[in-house]
Amino acid sequence: MLEIKNLSASIGDKEILRGVNLVVPDGEIHAIMGPNGAGKSTLSYVLSGREGYEVTGGSAFYNGQDLLAMEPEARAAAGVFLAFQYPVELPGVGNANFIRTALNAVRRARGEGELDAVAFLKLARTAIKNLSMPDDMLKRNVNVGFSGGEKKRNEVLQMALLQPGLAILDETDSGLDIDALKIVSEGVNALRGPKFSALIITHYQRLLDHIVPDYVHVLAAGKIIRSGGPELALELEAHGYAGLEAA
Amino acid sequence: MTALPTRKLEAWRYTDLKNLAAISFVEATPTKIVAPLPDLGIPRIVFVNGTYNAALSTPPDFLSSFAKVVDESSLPLVQINAAHAHDGATIDVPANIDAGAVMLVSYANAEMPMAFHPRHRVVLGEGSKLTIIEVAIGQGVYWHNPVTDIILHEGAALSHYRLQDEGLDAFHLATIRAQVAEKAAYESFSLVIGAKLSRAEFHATLSGPNATTHLNAAQLLRGRQHADFTSVVAHKAPNCASRQTVKSVLSDHSRGVFQGRIEVARVAQKTDGYQMNQALLLSPHAEIDIKPELEIFADDVKCSHGATIGALDPEQIFYLRSRGIPEDQARAMLIRAFLTEALEPVTNEAARVFLEDTIETWWARK
Repeated sequence: MLEIKNLSASIGDKEILRGVNLVVPDGEIHAIMGPNGAGKSTLSYVLSGREGYEVTGGSAFYNGQDLLAMEPEARAAAGVFLAFQYPVELPGVGNANFIRTALNAVRRARGEGELDAVAFLKLARTAIKNLSMPDDMLKRNVNVGFSGGEKKRNEVLQMALLQPGLAILDETDSGLDIDALKIVSEGVNALRGPKFSALIITHYQRLLDHIVPDYVHVLAAGKIIRSGGPELALELEAHGYAGLEAA
Repeated sequence: MTALPTRKLEAWRYTDLKNLAAISFVEATPTKIVAPLPDLGIPRIVFVNGTYNAALSTPPDFLSSFAKVVDESSLPLVQINAAHAHDGATIDVPANIDAGAVMLVSYANAEMPMAFHPRHRVVLGEGSKLTIIEVAIGQGVYWHNPVTDIILHEGAALSHYRLQDEGLDAFHLATIRAQVAEKAAYESFSLVIGAKLSRAEFHATLSGPNATTHLNAAQLLRGRQHADFTSVVAHKAPNCASRQTVKSVLSDHSRGVFQGRIEVARVAQKTDGYQMNQALLLSPHAEIDIKPELEIFADDVKCSHGATIGALDPEQIFYLRSRGIPEDQARAMLIRAFLTEALEPVTNEAARVFLEDTIETWWARK
């Protein structure tokens, strides 16, 4: 369970989050929607431990662990996974080597045995097939020369293999065509279960047609200003954020 | 004895030997081995403090005994070597033989400051092939001043991989001179991680049409280490290609030097020359000096050189860490990735694994 209490954070002297309160119980998928500049990406980065953000107040616990006190790699080992809005290119690093290193680092931190290259490839090939991805995805350098859609699919592939308990998807739908959107959605839906929860950050309703959330929250000016069921996303789609704030 | 070069010489502008000049070295004497020697299960030629050690060697059958050579080189270090050389590996492979791979190990254990000046000679007959994996290790204050002469006859191919992992109080000044005949190939890669101060100076002469050479290197330095990669590639025949990719990873107060000169003679039309020098500075106190030179007398040539200097990208480090990879390992992966292009000539599997393992553990050595 993710419990965020009164979380405030700033970049430099600019306050971005101004007291976010949010609870995501295991097994649930919550969507966070909101206009540009509302703090959606900042929330995902603060939760995953990127440098450059100063937490000025509040807390974020995942399964009782104080996320904000942990190194990014420890958060990953604890089961937190961030699907990046802009996945990073790693020239010279093979995708298979990257994902296997990550998987083994996480397994090591959890006290599980490491996978050798053969066992890993077997696992990865199955995941790739399940996600209808091209076979050469593993052979290429990480995200180098990938199209926008391929980069996002690669995020989902990593997620499928790392099997996180909490996935944070930061505008994973941006730049995706409809086929890629389906693949990405199926990847998330395949992980759904009583031990899996997700925070889906998005501008638009369309991703939520494929990954139906349990709850929708609206983040504006660094605060959650409204929460509701999936129907809230439809309302936003119809009336926009401006209409909501005026209401 | 010939004087050591000083910074007044253009070729030595960036590498100062005054700390070396201040030490009184004695002639090296045999010693006991106190560290494990690398063993890749292939023939091995071992020098201890500059002298051939038969007990530790499993020599290939093409190793012949040392013969003193006359040398009229104007290079000061080569002159010093010529005056003092009393041993070295002489490898002579007859024509049309694939001679496999051989290790050439230099081990030093200096109880007091000592110097040794081995003179190695490698001759490959027409169409022959050989891989040499050269490793220099040791401890204490010493000066290793090897000169290696390489003669490749028509169509011969030498792969020469060097690991310079000398003790951190050592001076390593190596000169490698290669004559590359028609269709012959001299492929080299040097991994530099050791010594207090080091220089590898390559002189490759492409003397017949379609000769090729790779002079690649990776320098990984920390503390106050200084490493200098200097090359002179002389294109003296048409249709030859030379490739130099030198990458430096510099932390703490370390300093790297790259000086690369490509000389293209009037007859050397269709020359293809490439030089790339890239440095990764891991500390604000690290320094790299880069001096590419092109001297072209032919009119139909393709020569390029490029240089970049950068730092590890925090976005890339965060991406790796967000996937559970600890920071040190993330850095090591990115450093390894940065070096990829330099390792291209390393086609021998055993050598590649050996060098990659060395690179991967370098970051953790500290």
